Amino acid sequence: MTPPSRTEGTPRADLGAGLFVVLLGLVTLYAAWAIPESPLYAQVGAKPIPTLVGAILVILGLALSATALRGGWSGGLEEEMAAPPVNWRALALLGAGLLVQIALIDALGFVVAATIQYVLVCAAFGSRRPLRDLAIGAAVTLGAYLAFSRLLGVNIGAGVLEGIL
Amino acid sequence: MDVISGLALGFGNALTPINLGWALLGCFLGTAIGVLPGIGPALTIALLLPVTFKVEATGAFILFCGIFYGAMYGGSTTSILLNTPGESGSIITALEGAKMARHGRAGPALVTAAIGSFVAGTVGTLGISFVGPVVVDLALKLGPAEYFSLMVLCFVTVSAVLGGSALRGLASLGFGLMLGLVGIDLQTGQPRLTFGVPELLDGVNVVLVAVALFAVGETMYLAWRHVEGKQEIRPVGRLWMSGSDWRRSIGPWLRGSFLGFPFGVLPAGGTEMPTMLSYYAERKLVRPEHRDEFGTTGAIEGVAGPEAANNAAAAGILVPMLTLGLPTSATAAIMLSAFQSYGIQPGPLLFTEQAPLVWTLIASLYIANVMLVVLNLPLVGLWARILKIPTPQLYAGILVFATIGTYGISNSVIDLVLLYGIGIVAMFMRRFDFPTAPVVIGMILGPMAEQALRQALTISQGDWSTFVTRPISLGILLVAALALLGPRLWGAWRGRAA
Repeated sequence: MTPPSRTEGTPRADLGAGLFVVLLGLVTLYAAWAIPESPLYAQVGAKPIPTLVGAILVILGLALSATALRGGWSGGLEEEMAAPPVNWRALALLGAGLLVQIALIDALGFVVAATIQYVLVCAAFGSRRPLRDLAIGAAVTLGAYLAFSRLLGVNIGAGVLEGIL
Repeated sequence: MDVISGLALGFGNALTPINLGWALLGCFLGTAIGVLPGIGPALTIALLLPVTFKVEATGAFILFCGIFYGAMYGGSTTSILLNTPGESGSIITALEGAKMARHGRAGPALVTAAIGSFVAGTVGTLGISFVGPVVVDLALKLGPAEYFSLMVLCFVTVSAVLGGSALRGLASLGFGLMLGLVGIDLQTGQPRLTFGVPELLDGVNVVLVAVALFAVGETMYLAWRHVEGKQEIRPVGRLWMSGSDWRRSIGPWLRGSFLGFPFGVLPAGGTEMPTMLSYYAERKLVRPEHRDEFGTTGAIEGVAGPEAANNAAAAGILVPMLTLGLPTSATAAIMLSAFQSYGIQPGPLLFTEQAPLVWTLIASLYIANVMLVVLNLPLVGLWARILKIPTPQLYAGILVFATIGTYGISNSVIDLVLLYGIGIVAMFMRRFDFPTAPVVIGMILGPMAEQALRQALTISQGDWSTFVTRPISLGILLVAALALLGPRLWGAWRGRAA
């Protein structure tokens, strides 16, 4: 059984999705409007297609919003009806993992930042053994680093550990 | 070059030890990754795109073809043993396959899926070899106006016809088109949708978007809904099909293959429709004494048919990709960008200008297909062990690879911010049932469609009616309109009649 509050909340959530698409369209329209008219001659310049894409997104977003106001669609999804409540703890830990990566990758390098991320993501998915995760994470990230930088020849930048290798 | 000499040339190239090695590596990697729940061939090929900087084109494409076919094999293993289909095409396989596994018949289900994939792969690859050149001859007659109309048809079919809702599919497509617009406009040199961020002048990288959609978004969605607990993996049991299993599988294999391939070839590419049709057909055609097995203990026909249809359709998708340069699945879109990173533009001229490459690629599909059936069944125990990787380690690992694959593009933190940002959007797309494949297709095909549109209008000197006065172009546009509006008009008409 889904609690009644969730079923009522669904159309409002769907409205949010519809309005997001409208917003995306408006941003595209604004960006298209901001493109200066090209001095070069062209039958179709740089502006018309972005304008068209923006307009289509606005129309689709409005149609989705209208659907949402008529009761929405995701309340009828099998997956949503059977879905457990939002796991805020998992999302927060995962989000922290992503932020750590963004904050540290330039300063400390990929291997260190990704190992910390690994431990946080494991914790998000319910792992209770951070030290073991740290060891596995270090091995996995080091392996990934060596595979990409040595085998594929991709430059992954320099960091604390990468400099030693 | 005719088909036979083309294939002879192709096999000659593909059977060298080094190229066989690439094929084996691709099959192995593809299966291993296809087995992992939630990630598929599009993501794998996207992460391995850097290979294109190091390896010459032939080797790289042999690798990608092996991954492509291998990931499909692997996906069926997961559907049967874990009841979590990795991609839309194996949802139907999971339906009956997981039921068979629950009733102790995982072994026959895995074998029929593997041999069915082989049969379908063979039919599909033969189809590519013989249909491809025919499509090329037709395609050479098409001008930019027809191309643009064909792309519009593609847009409509991949987003509005397949999947749950036309509105949501088209919105996904629109998001992809928008992402495709970011960067410097090649014709006028003006920056578009860059919002003053210099890193965006080169455009948004398709690898980044694919990784964000398929890896980051998926992981976030799973965390959002995460419940502690273990998933149950069904034991493999004995890998063996009885005489009756064989008799019951042969028909569905062949029917599924011949049903699936045309669906893949049409720009309406997609594996959901043929797998579903095959499932319903087999349910109708099954002998009465086995009818009760459908939906209860699991019927082998319901695994053999849809699995064959899935593989044949996926092979068929390579036809429009190679001959017209039109990708109709996310994987094909990523493969197309691999071609572009070699400076090769797939299309009708590919078969003449890059004949050795094309035929080697096709030959390697045959080889991958044989390798997989030989490799897959004896190794199924190993694949089942991959399924035992604990969830936390699996998703933490996926994020590590997603991050390194993206950071490697240009060592820019901006890329990571974009990766995670688009990942958040993808998480909400999952939640609200927006399909993700149209995003990738729109992003790759959008700029090509814009170019075709501009060329067509340059030729017609700005006359927009060129799209409806040229008969082929008009015909294609009418089909697109019918595909978009037909089901709705039909529904409205039936609603009034009832």
